[in-house]
Amino acid sequence: MGADPQGVLTGVHFLDGDHACCEGAIAAGCRAAFGYPITPSTEIVERIALRLPLVGGVFVQMEDEIASSIAIQGAAWGGKKVITVTSGPGMSLMMEHVGLAAMTETPCVFVNVQRGGPSTGLPTLPAQGDMMQARWGSHGDYEIIAISPNSPQECFDLTVHAFNLSERYRVPVLIMMDESVGHMTERVTIPHAEQIEVESRRLPEGPKEEYLPFAPGENLVPPMAPVGEGYRFHVTGLTHNEKGYPVMSPDVQDHLVRRLLDKIRLNAEDIAMVEEDQIQDADVVLVAYGITSRVVLRTLHLAREKGLKVGVFRPVVVWPFPEKRLRELAERVKAFVVVELNYGQVVLEVERIVGGRVPTVLVPHGGGALHNPEDILRVVEEAW
Amino acid sequence: MKNQHINPVEPYLRMDRMPHIWCPGCGIGIVVNCFVRALNQSGIDPDLVSIISGIGCTGRIAGYLKLDSFHTTHGRPIPFATGLKVARPELKVLVFSGEGDLVSIGGNHLIHAARRNSDIKVFCVNNFTYAMTGGQVGPTAPIHSIATTTPYGSYDRPFNLPFLADSTGAVYVARWTTYHVRQLTRSMVEAINKPGFCFVEIIAPCPTIYQRRNRLGDGLEAMRYYKRYSRVINGANTRMVGLELKGPIIVGKFIDRDRSTLLEAMNEEFSSKLGARYQPYPTGVVR
Repeated sequence: MGADPQGVLTGVHFLDGDHACCEGAIAAGCRAAFGYPITPSTEIVERIALRLPLVGGVFVQMEDEIASSIAIQGAAWGGKKVITVTSGPGMSLMMEHVGLAAMTETPCVFVNVQRGGPSTGLPTLPAQGDMMQARWGSHGDYEIIAISPNSPQECFDLTVHAFNLSERYRVPVLIMMDESVGHMTERVTIPHAEQIEVESRRLPEGPKEEYLPFAPGENLVPPMAPVGEGYRFHVTGLTHNEKGYPVMSPDVQDHLVRRLLDKIRLNAEDIAMVEEDQIQDADVVLVAYGITSRVVLRTLHLAREKGLKVGVFRPVVVWPFPEKRLRELAERVKAFVVVELNYGQVVLEVERIVGGRVPTVLVPHGGGALHNPEDILRVVEEAW
Repeated sequence: MKNQHINPVEPYLRMDRMPHIWCPGCGIGIVVNCFVRALNQSGIDPDLVSIISGIGCTGRIAGYLKLDSFHTTHGRPIPFATGLKVARPELKVLVFSGEGDLVSIGGNHLIHAARRNSDIKVFCVNNFTYAMTGGQVGPTAPIHSIATTTPYGSYDRPFNLPFLADSTGAVYVARWTTYHVRQLTRSMVEAINKPGFCFVEIIAPCPTIYQRRNRLGDGLEAMRYYKRYSRVINGANTRMVGLELKGPIIVGKFIDRDRSTLLEAMNEEFSSKLGARYQPYPTGVVR
């Protein structure tokens, strides 16, 4: 289905990533947003506050990130497509409600414009230090989807995609931007509304009194009834049966949590999104995501100039990690060099998948700036 | 034949979840009973009512009412409710939770929802203790209260909830005990039908934990106490209604005033600044 033309700013724009993200949300049909200011994500809520009232939507600046992260879920059950945006410290506060959204299968989008951490860290400077938090930050076993755009154009395109995945799988989707992508200004082309693919959650069919709000449907995802239509359903963060009622038993726990994991894990190929560059003949593969995936393109160029057969593997969707494709590459390349703005997070997943078949080398960086492509090249040369 | 003897409250309960978890003599069941009667009297279509709870004994109310109901996280039913109300202004969004949930961990949300006059109704069951976790001291426990975390008596000043709600902007503030079932039911009807942030405190006994530790007797004893020591002062200055251990309980409707709800105020501001560019957002309010 195409997007609602109201609010789609079709045309060519000069936007930063934060503003492009806001436009992506509106194009995706987001009409309710809640947020709290925090650098470097603030420009997103500022633009949302400017734009949503003009397209029939509503934005409320909440008292804190905890409130924002659950107000979106109230609005989601009210039938809206919803977003909240934050950065490191705010994401830490929101983590309990990422878990609530996973447990109650509430479609919602969280944006984390990453900055240097831990704690207050480097508020105005980039990092990619929240990647494992995105995956594991709330307590218990659950799965989320995390997407990592590397340009303002992708901040638009992938925000639309994030909403679609969230609605399709009834799962919180985290858009893992960083300060560089958020504040970088580039050309952004917004297509005509009918060219923007927009998905909405599946509604239940059949008699209301027989509705089981947590019985798996297509892809293990239960259809989602709206509030106020007489379904009179119950939703709880407690372990619950298909009727939504709390049940404190290991059997129900296994049945529920296994499905919450499987609906993402078994659909990982549908969710996976990968970008590859000169991978066909590559001996050494640079693995990078987000802003770092642009830095390594320079390294790739320098390496190829030297005659080194280097390629780039970029998970656009980082969680679930595109495991199948990486495993295929591990069968034929000589080494992986993982480049990330942290001291080693996604590299752990790469190492797990590669399983020691070939060397996996990390090029760490604490954040606050981007890698120097020539430093990466030196590591690549050593990998031979 | 069977239906002729059905309790009028029963159609609104998830009878397939009975028996409930509340102890004998607990006041929460009375609150549920009063609410269902209030819902009946209010004339509201139950399909348009959503119940939001947090965590704790009172937080279980959502799970027993046969309405659209949400059992959220500890302290956060109010922002969930604000989100739902903003998304669907035609709904009645009602919060039932305890004082630990709403006032301690959720205190920031309470005062901000009152400040912005979020059009939700908050029914706060105050039993002075974290009963679900075994009886730790609550943010409203009168000084000298015995709890598992105040084994020698509490010494920090409790919140006076009607004063807190009043001073932060609630348009309707009342307090009753679970003895005052008719008055409580009437207040619930008034709150449900009134636009804006309404706050009703319900003093309720926890015989298993709070009453017992503080030698206040069983559930029946609590009712006798509420009967003997409550004084109805409608319109009382909320500053003066703080509670003391074994002291009098001032009850009544303290505040009933009007001001624009969050969405009404939003429309007023945007319409005045944006003119015809702004399409007023539905508010769910009929004045």
